[in-house]
Amino acid sequence: MQATSTVLPHLKHAEHSEAPGGFWRTYVFSTDHKVIGIQYGLTALCFLLLGFFLILTMRWQIAHPGEPVPVVGWFLEKVLGSPASKGVMSPDLYNMFGAMHGTIMVFLAIVPLAVGAFGNYLIPLMIGANDMAFPRLNMMSYQLYFLGGVVMLASFLIPGGAAQAGWTSYSPLATVIPTDGQTFWLIGMILLITSSLLGSVNIITTIVQLRAPGMTWMRLPFFVWAQLVASFLLLLAFPPLEAAGILQLMDKVAGTSFFLPTGLAVGGATANISGGGSPLLWQHLFWFLAHPEVYVLILPALGIVAEILSNNIRKPLWGYRTMVYAVLTLGFLSFLVWAHHMYLTGMGTRISTFFQTTTIIISIPSVILLTCLLISLWGGSIRINTPMLFALAFLPMFGIGGLTGLPLGFAASDIQLHDTYYVIGHFHYVVAPGTIFALFAGIYYWFPKLTGRRMNEFWGRVHFWCSLLFMNAVFMPMFAQGFAGMLRRMSDGGLSYSTRVAPGVEGTLSDFILGLNNYILWAAVGLGLAQIPFIVNLFRSIWRGEPVRDDNPWQSTTLEWQTPTPPPHGNFLRPPSVHRWAYAYGPRADGTDYLPQSVPESALSGQATRS
Amino acid sequence: MTRWLGIPEVASAHGVAIDRFISYVHWLMAILFVGWLIYFVYVVWRFHQRRQPRSAPEGLRSHVSTYAEVAVATVEGLLLVFLAVPIWARAVESFPSEKESTVVQVVAQQFNWNFRYPGPDGQFGRQDMRLVNETNIFGVDPSDPAGQDDVVVLNEMHVPVGKPVIAYISSKDVIHSFKIPSMRLTQDAIPGMRVPVHFTPTREGRFRIYCAQLCGNGHAAMAQGVLVVEKPEAFEQWLGSRSGGSVSYE
Amino acid sequence: MEIAYTVQPRPDTGVYNAKLGMWLFLASEVMLFGGLFSAYVFLRMGAPPDTWPHGWLSVPLGTLNTLLLAASAVTTLLAWAACKARRFDRFKLHLGLTLILGTIFLGIKGYEYRDKWLHYEVQLKDGRIADGHLVRARTTAETVVLHGRYVADRRELLDGRRKHGPHEELVIPRDQIVRMQNYAPRHNTFMAIYFALTGLHGLHVLGGLVVFAYLWGPGSRLWHVDPEHFTNRVEVAGLFWHFVDLVWIFLFPVLYLT
Ligand code: HEA
Ligand code: HEA
Ligand code: CUA
Ligand SMILES: [Cu+2]
Repeated sequence: MQATSTVLPHLKHAEHSEAPGGFWRTYVFSTDHKVIGIQYGLTALCFLLLGFFLILTMRWQIAHPGEPVPVVGWFLEKVLGSPASKGVMSPDLYNMFGAMHGTIMVFLAIVPLAVGAFGNYLIPLMIGANDMAFPRLNMMSYQLYFLGGVVMLASFLIPGGAAQAGWTSYSPLATVIPTDGQTFWLIGMILLITSSLLGSVNIITTIVQLRAPGMTWMRLPFFVWAQLVASFLLLLAFPPLEAAGILQLMDKVAGTSFFLPTGLAVGGATANISGGGSPLLWQHLFWFLAHPEVYVLILPALGIVAEILSNNIRKPLWGYRTMVYAVLTLGFLSFLVWAHHMYLTGMGTRISTFFQTTTIIISIPSVILLTCLLISLWGGSIRINTPMLFALAFLPMFGIGGLTGLPLGFAASDIQLHDTYYVIGHFHYVVAPGTIFALFAGIYYWFPKLTGRRMNEFWGRVHFWCSLLFMNAVFMPMFAQGFAGMLRRMSDGGLSYSTRVAPGVEGTLSDFILGLNNYILWAAVGLGLAQIPFIVNLFRSIWRGEPVRDDNPWQSTTLEWQTPTPPPHGNFLRPPSVHRWAYAYGPRADGTDYLPQSVPESALSGQATRS
Repeated sequence: MTRWLGIPEVASAHGVAIDRFISYVHWLMAILFVGWLIYFVYVVWRFHQRRQPRSAPEGLRSHVSTYAEVAVATVEGLLLVFLAVPIWARAVESFPSEKESTVVQVVAQQFNWNFRYPGPDGQFGRQDMRLVNETNIFGVDPSDPAGQDDVVVLNEMHVPVGKPVIAYISSKDVIHSFKIPSMRLTQDAIPGMRVPVHFTPTREGRFRIYCAQLCGNGHAAMAQGVLVVEKPEAFEQWLGSRSGGSVSYE
Repeated sequence: MEIAYTVQPRPDTGVYNAKLGMWLFLASEVMLFGGLFSAYVFLRMGAPPDTWPHGWLSVPLGTLNTLLLAASAVTTLLAWAACKARRFDRFKLHLGLTLILGTIFLGIKGYEYRDKWLHYEVQLKDGRIADGHLVRARTTAETVVLHGRYVADRRELLDGRRKHGPHEELVIPRDQIVRMQNYAPRHNTFMAIYFALTGLHGLHVLGGLVVFAYLWGPGSRLWHVDPEHFTNRVEVAGLFWHFVDLVWIFLFPVLYLT
């Protein structure tokens, strides 16, 4: 139905229209938001793989404490030295990997993938702009992110190794560990924070300023709304952590005592410090960031799912407006709940009541968002393909993660569940089968836009079903372990607390609970193997995938599909204008079931008469 | 339901309420999840392209979803106001009087638990954070006679059954967390702070004390702590056997 | 390829891109300094009674610096107004004045830092505390010479607002010293937060001056190509500068006057 059906020849066309400047200017120091988006995407995927590799070796240690890590043990020893001597993971190494798994996954993998890659690539296309508002700033954000990643990676190689105090880096532990890992971590974080700040300024300005004519607020695809809110969270929540990072860095290198109280005695000696600081101050500043941060992990994912769902049910999102208001509320409220991570630091009833209340209130917009998506399915004509499978699976998976947030949000039940594997299960359900599935969905869905080819459907489904199975196999048993009292961050997987070690003591971990560790290990290995079809499929399809015959292979309404494939520098052949909202799906008189945002009413009547 | 969830059997008075609360919340979650899942599976089956070649854009017209959302919010609100907040208030505030309780000071260190009892005179020696150092982790003023008979033990905490326990939780180096799953008790041990908690053990036994906060490379191995709940006579006897001189713990 | 609204404001939002970008950036800066200010409040509230120092900083110097920044805010505004009126020479003059005022501010700040760095608190074996400025020229391997006074208790040092006895030359043999520490960030949490806040603020001042220097010097070539674009740049840099001034308006009373 689109008059401008620019098909594959445009692949060549795009190559020719590439801005002159050679390889470096085109691919490495590019200011084109699409190239930067792809740079973000590839880098973040590599970090995702690294984060997974770290946890996989940790899972081995959890299941078989003290035994040399198979296959990669020699490599760990070679690269990391004494913490991995004989290929065995020492507690130090376990703590390093744990801290870096969390840091890498959150700050170097998921956020850059969700906001840096998807946001960068899609936002200008979806709002009909020819680039981001500040292209050079955009390039700088990526470079700072890259640099931050390099600093984090380098920290593995310095004497003493990487940070060991968890991704939360609680002082005094983070300060008193004598190695320099934490210093690297802080410097890396400051770089990453700066990168996110520049990125979010850019995204917000782009959305506010560069919307094409006719693209009113309520015509924006939900994805753009989600990115807008996520960017605001990054913009406003990150600076307090930057402040905290500066203070912790001073504690670490200038000998100050911001987070160190009077009378600290570490390792058999009274610390030579002035004292007078407060460990809780760090926690407040950290969680003030980190709670909004978790919504940065989920909102872009929700946006992706909303786009893919509406496209594949061939009908509008149910309650688009409600969803927009819900996501705005969510963003606002996420600044008011941080202390629900701190119930057990010694909080009185009044403060805990406040934070419980806000926590419970914030679950309402999440329920609304999920409900809208679920209700949208009703009456649809559901088209099943790989992106849709991942998007559909997101719903119950996020549901499990979100629902298990409730008993953590009530302080009374958090007394029992705090710091157990229940918490690990809770948030991994949201970020792993939740966010990662949404990101997979997005990759399969927008891949034809980037390359002009589709990814293989069969291998996509293999990837999906295996991932779904193994994700649940990894994370579901964690709830049982959490109830039983198994704690997180245990370098021996809870062995010291086992019934075997202390017979006759209650509240120890049974053989069954510890046995689950071994089972989770193999599920995690399976999860890793399940990614092989994906990785092969991804790279193979760039050259060998089935070519798409149309610029708009999914028959979508949104603007990014109304460009040549792949979009050239500058994106649109003609400046687009927008004539309706993003979800004009549904049966039409002319036999089609969708109406792109950019098709004017005038063109429409002409077409209707022709058909 | 808590037994079914696999939570260790409860051994404290307030723990019963916490267990009940955990099971209510999980009932709510289970009902929501199963309800949504049935709907979800049905919809994906019913509105598959094969059965529904053309979509019906107006979608759902009823207000079921609104009612569902309001119901969820209401139940959560009720749980919060009538259970979560009062349980918390009872658990962390409303302290029993010190006279009727066993009072213990708990100081965590890498990677052990230190406990201090007031001794026969029932009084702790004067303490001052400024006196805390590597050997005097409780910051006891050595010039105060009340401190002479105080009992200090490592890793084994004894309390009599059926009597409230007040424990002052603190740490000498980094943050630890004092957790006894069977007692439904968790409190972070934070250097520079001394936070009181209380509980009433309801049956005798030996219970594992966990360190629930990452505290360094020995965090996993900080597992020697035991809470021994015994008959009052046995407790007195134990305390007596310890009195007279401080036990060395280094 | 042209990005829209780099120079002209977008009609429905009323701003051009860089201006919005700067407002957003400043919002994040508010959160950054907000975080540090809350740290200040948290530490001060949490300090045991009578341990928080007062009057350790020189109010006259602080006042002078406040006036300097206030004046520079005015000259910045005038520079922008000159651009608007297409008066390039006056722009150069006013921005030049801003540069000078900002540099003096940093100079004074540097002097204050140096003063703290040379200020020592020396714990003696006999229990007394010597407190004063190091006399570098006369300090040797055997003796430390301070210009200051002796006190019996650290707590006497806490309130700098009260008048205390005359300062004199104190000659202290090194073997009498238990502990000697200058008023660096590690001295106590007040000095720590003082250096953190003013240091970060100083970096912002420096950053602002670098941008202004660029706009005054090489960057001003844009004037001859696209004066409107150039005016926008001055405006945006000015917004940043006003924010930096504003932070100082909070810093001054919080650190110097209470
Ligand atoms: C993307 C990430 C993300 C998201 C979205 C959430 C969402 C929520 N989180 Fe979670 N959380 C984390 C990431 C996340 N969290 C992380 C990383 C940690 C640990 C950090 C650390 O300590 O290292 C954590 C820890 C954490 C704690 C601290 C626990 C502790 O340490 O003791 C608490 C406590 O209140 C909490 C609560 C909640 C709540 C109430 C929600 C709510 O917003 C959830 C609301 C959602 C729902 C209620 C779901 C609704 C479902 C349906 C309507 C239907 C289901 C559908 C089908 C079946 C199809 N979270
Ligand atoms: C966004 C955040 C995120 C994500 C996605 C994950 C993903 C996973 N996490 Fe983790 N995790 C955290 C954030 C995250 N985690 C945090 C914050 C902590 C707390 C740390 C702390 O205690 O301080 C933690 C802790 C944590 C623990 C507890 C450790 C402990 O307490 O001792 C465990 C244990 O099993 C675990 C497991 C896993 C597993 C199995 C996955 C899997 O889901 C991973 C799945 C990923 C893959 C299978 C890789 C896929 C790769 C590709 C697709 C690559 C393609 C590549 C190219 C094309 C080049 N995580
Ligand atoms: Cu002590 Cu963990
Ligand atoms: Cu949270």
